[in-house]
Amino acid sequence: MLSTSKNNGTLNRREFLKSSSGIALFIGASGIFPALVSCSDSKKIQEQFEKHAITAWVKISEDGQIIIYNPASEMGQGSMTSLPLIFAEEMDADWSKVKVEFSPQESETYGSPGWAPGSKMMFTVGSRTTNSYFNTMRTTGAQAKAILLHAAAQHWKVPVGELSAENSVVSHTGSDKTITYGELIPYLVAVESMPDISEVPLKAPDKFKLIGKEIPRTEIPSKVDGTAQFAIDVRLPDMVYGVLERGNLHGAKPTLLNESEILGMEGVIKVVPYDYAIGVIASKLEQALKAKSQLKIDWSSSDASGFNSEEIYQEYEKIAAQNQAGEVITEEGDVSNALRNASKVYQADYKNDYVYHAQLEPLNAVIQVSEDLQKAEVWVGSQQGMDTKLGVPRVLGIPPENVNVHLQYLGGGFGRRSLSDFVEECAVLAKEVAPKPVKLIWTREDDLRYGTYRPMSLQRIKASVDALGNINAFSHTVVGDGGNLVASGIQNDHYAIPNQFADWRSTTHGVRLKHWRSVGHGPNKFAIESMLDQIANDQKMDPVDLRRKLMVNSPRALATLEKAVEISNWAQPSPEGYAKGISFVEHGSLGTGVCEISLNKETGEIKVHRVWIALDAGTIIQPDNVKAQMEGGIIMGISSALKERISVVDGQIQQSNFNDYSLLRMQDSPDSIETVLIPSGETPQGVGETATPMVAGAIANAFLQLTGKHLRHMPFTPERVLEALNS
Amino acid sequence: MPSYTLSVNDQNHTVEVDKGTSLLWVLREHLGLTGTKYGCGIAQCGACTIHVDGSPMKACVLSVEDFSNGEKIKTIEGLSEQGDHPLQKAWVEVQAPQCGYCHSGQIMQAAALLENNPSPSKEEIKAHMNGNICRCGTYLRIVQAIQLAAQNQ
Repeated sequence: MLSTSKNNGTLNRREFLKSSSGIALFIGASGIFPALVSCSDSKKIQEQFEKHAITAWVKISEDGQIIIYNPASEMGQGSMTSLPLIFAEEMDADWSKVKVEFSPQESETYGSPGWAPGSKMMFTVGSRTTNSYFNTMRTTGAQAKAILLHAAAQHWKVPVGELSAENSVVSHTGSDKTITYGELIPYLVAVESMPDISEVPLKAPDKFKLIGKEIPRTEIPSKVDGTAQFAIDVRLPDMVYGVLERGNLHGAKPTLLNESEILGMEGVIKVVPYDYAIGVIASKLEQALKAKSQLKIDWSSSDASGFNSEEIYQEYEKIAAQNQAGEVITEEGDVSNALRNASKVYQADYKNDYVYHAQLEPLNAVIQVSEDLQKAEVWVGSQQGMDTKLGVPRVLGIPPENVNVHLQYLGGGFGRRSLSDFVEECAVLAKEVAPKPVKLIWTREDDLRYGTYRPMSLQRIKASVDALGNINAFSHTVVGDGGNLVASGIQNDHYAIPNQFADWRSTTHGVRLKHWRSVGHGPNKFAIESMLDQIANDQKMDPVDLRRKLMVNSPRALATLEKAVEISNWAQPSPEGYAKGISFVEHGSLGTGVCEISLNKETGEIKVHRVWIALDAGTIIQPDNVKAQMEGGIIMGISSALKERISVVDGQIQQSNFNDYSLLRMQDSPDSIETVLIPSGETPQGVGETATPMVAGAIANAFLQLTGKHLRHMPFTPERVLEALNS
Repeated sequence: MPSYTLSVNDQNHTVEVDKGTSLLWVLREHLGLTGTKYGCGIAQCGACTIHVDGSPMKACVLSVEDFSNGEKIKTIEGLSEQGDHPLQKAWVEVQAPQCGYCHSGQIMQAAALLENNPSPSKEEIKAHMNGNICRCGTYLRIVQAIQLAAQNQ
């Protein structure tokens, strides 16, 4: 099952890479194959390279097979196809001969630029993969093609300008000579010099043969027959198993009361204390789990002790009411003045509870530390990080180059796997039993109770209209823990409101927090879009007309609105008992969504029946995959808007598994989700997090249409819906 | 330690594990049949769905000693020779998986449905599949894939 061996070329390739600068080709502008040029023996070269690597991004073999390296995590979003596809497009590679592998986890070579000036990172977060790698993949793909064309020109002794390439075949204009990329391999090394290829021409979009076409995802066949390997599937000789008990009070310190009893249990190898947990290593997983269940631990109090998530909203309201602003995020015009002189002022509070990632593959990792404790091999499903070696060098006190990360498929990420706590935990265990490999598994209960949640927050919005009913002021205060975790998406970049103010007011509870798909956009867009409909409703305006006015300066946003209106038949009333609601989101890409709901007034259950989305994501690489992201984003949005809720009592997480933390299931799913992609030649924008934050606002706005009442506290559980109905 | 002989995908395997060990750990960690996934451990998510004598069951809550008496266990690895079960082909055709972690279980659950009901209605599909969670939200494509496989059978 396990495929762990990196090809022999990896280290050599890495050597070459070090000598490159700028773009990640080891063939620099100063010449080609700096180390290979001196070597005229092609057999020796073949020994050095398992196959002929021509750039850091691609390997070609003489039989025509092409391996393209994907630098990003694959967690279902499709990077295993989209990035190599962009490369293959510019390389004019025969896609049917392309195989995709993960690149080595080396950020100097494979990191995406744009995080900070001069920096490069391998970090699959924020829906930025396609956007941030688009130019890199195009340029390097075009450079690979330039190298091949140059080799052909030298081989045939014709000007390179007379050559063209298509489907891995180079043709000569004016003769019938052709040669495949694979056949060119022997001639690559014979080339002594190379023109500057740092600036190669890129294709005009109308020449694209792969980008924008319906190309199936490369890894899907392995996901229907059980062969796709996730880190949890890795099995190594002599592997032992680790589990940790972390309790349900974040940050509490454990005192183990029965260590000798645990050490006496069958299969138990070691008990490993952490500041916040007790670890057990055993020969078999079931033995480790059994020992874990027998641990008697005395837990200290922690920063979270005494915290009750339901009661704290009263405190949040007081903070929102204070005159002192928090960290100011937006300040345009003069909101106070506008509110004072407004024709009418609206105010409402919106709340959201903690939600949990619930990626279906619980956190896990497999790490093997060498006997001398100086090297580590890591198998992990990670969204990577600012530290590409995921904290392992620090835990082991060894240099980063001594840590080799083998990236595996991720059984869901959603932000949770951008934190490497679980990898560091596993490194601690692996050091204890070196050189035996350790598989660390978090049980679902571990994963949920010691989760890192999207923070709860309270949003207070004050908005006003002028005498003509135009919105002239919008003030948005978010109260909650985590800075950008609660504040992202609070801005209204596409709404022309002359006076705007937004601030974040900090709280802290000692509960672990993390980015959760679309981060603060979920709660913030819910609040903003709900307020817009409240105003429209009160002003007797169509919610679409109100948004049309606001989008006057944002034609791309407006185009998504108009398209959503068209495909949802917005003007046509829904059947009796049904209603539609609309919501707009920008998260890299721009999208307008419409949800049609019905309501069971007896039980308080809301059902979403149909969803329509119009999306402008710039240039689309894989249209069907973008639609899949919209579908998944909507389902996750409905799930979180209607069902998902972590509650905390005296600091203790109250839920433990899918029996008490409900996710949307198939019977609750909508009948249809229809997506229209707006044609565009602009730079691609992320699509993974645009749909999710549309949902709560669209549902609440449909609810307002249906009942005249407001839903202002996510999730919209039946109890809260009934409460709203009776208000 | 007791030893148990299991019939998995038409092959007998003998394992030495404690009584009460979950069939899921036996399949995954002892036999290396890692296509069957761990998701919750309490039969709530369906990621570990296998067939026992043709019926879909959640391996995480089954004890090894109850399934070592000749019961025929089938996992995703044994569903078809070449990964070409009509459901698997349909799954690829509609590009159903995203992260893919739950999909072995989804396919096994769906396969049991089609065995007994070759042309299920949409409502029957949803009811039958309701115990299988997909966090990526691929439910609509799963329904589509099952309908397509039913047509193509």
